[in-house]
Amino acid sequence: MGRFHRHDDGTVHEHGEHEDHEHGHHDHDHAHDAERLGDHSGYETSGERVQVLEAIFDENDRVAEANRKDFENAGVRVVNLMSSPGAGKTTLLRETLVRLQGRSRVGIIEGDIETSLDADRLSGLGASVALVNTGDGFGGECHLDAPMIRSALPRLPLDELDVVVVENVGNLVCPAEFDVGEHAKAMVWSPTEGEEKPLKYPVMFRAAEVVVVNKIDLLPHLDVDMDLFRANLKRVNPLARVLLVSAKTGEGVDDWVDWVVGS
Amino acid sequence: MHELSLCHSIGQIVARHASDRPVTVVHLKVGALRQVVPDTLVYCWGIVNEGTVCEGSSLDVEQVPAAIECLACGATTVLEEMRMACGSCGSTSVTVTAGEELLVTSIELQEV
Repeated sequence: MGRFHRHDDGTVHEHGEHEDHEHGHHDHDHAHDAERLGDHSGYETSGERVQVLEAIFDENDRVAEANRKDFENAGVRVVNLMSSPGAGKTTLLRETLVRLQGRSRVGIIEGDIETSLDADRLSGLGASVALVNTGDGFGGECHLDAPMIRSALPRLPLDELDVVVVENVGNLVCPAEFDVGEHAKAMVWSPTEGEEKPLKYPVMFRAAEVVVVNKIDLLPHLDVDMDLFRANLKRVNPLARVLLVSAKTGEGVDDWVDWVVGS
Repeated sequence: MHELSLCHSIGQIVARHASDRPVTVVHLKVGALRQVVPDTLVYCWGIVNEGTVCEGSSLDVEQVPAAIECLACGATTVLEEMRMACGSCGSTSVTVTAGEELLVTSIELQEV
């Protein structure tokens, strides 16, 4: 469907094949093309070229800004919590809600591809929970985007809340790309996932202000090199704050809770 | 992994600029710090634009390497691998100057 090639300046790009054009792709001199066409795409164009220069995330980012404004008007701090599936986001959130009962008023926006299982686990702890099933979205099954968060807002009493936690879809790739209007991103990594994860998923680890290392109660039983994990994390995100936590034993959860509420 | 929804957004942007004329080529800039797989993007493009002005058009993806600027010594480093440290002095106090692009730069329209 197309091919990529590398230019001398290090850029790589793809040339689609013009099967149905009378002027096919040909071996070309890029410098020459650049002069003639004003770019280096290598096409001879007979039609009209229209400059666009629009960011593909413009629409998402516009809605994210609207969300952020609503959050700020309501005086709510919003945290976007991300991780791979099974890292322990929901268990950590449960423990968070237990500790915040009577201290802060919490809202949860729960992203899940199908089912309300996670939302059910968080009910009964005094928080307002709005579920967003992403299964119906157009290719949106892998992340929460700003319009999805916007659609959940009418189901949360924003004016009565202090903090909202967005529990994103379990996925280390897509959620990191989408601004939903949050004030800070955090992620959960559990030691069974492997020390190399920051290098394999740099966008996610780079986006996070806080990296919660969950399930530290398992460390004595695993051959995980935590120094290596920290070194890998530092390579992609030198400023990330690491919090060592066990949502199961409760160790470190208080520090996490303090960060969530912004104190 | 979200290339399908990206293609949907690209299609909306292109449609706004195409004024109902058939589109032959869509030129994109994709930074290396975006986790977009160009091959997947091209594949998804063929799926989402059926029955639109973009049907049959090709995507021309220009990949932009990631670059950082050192806040300590001012040097610019083009990243061959993901390491947020200055290639000149080693400082990790850096700011990203390229590689986060994700935009439609231009489109080519069929002659009318």
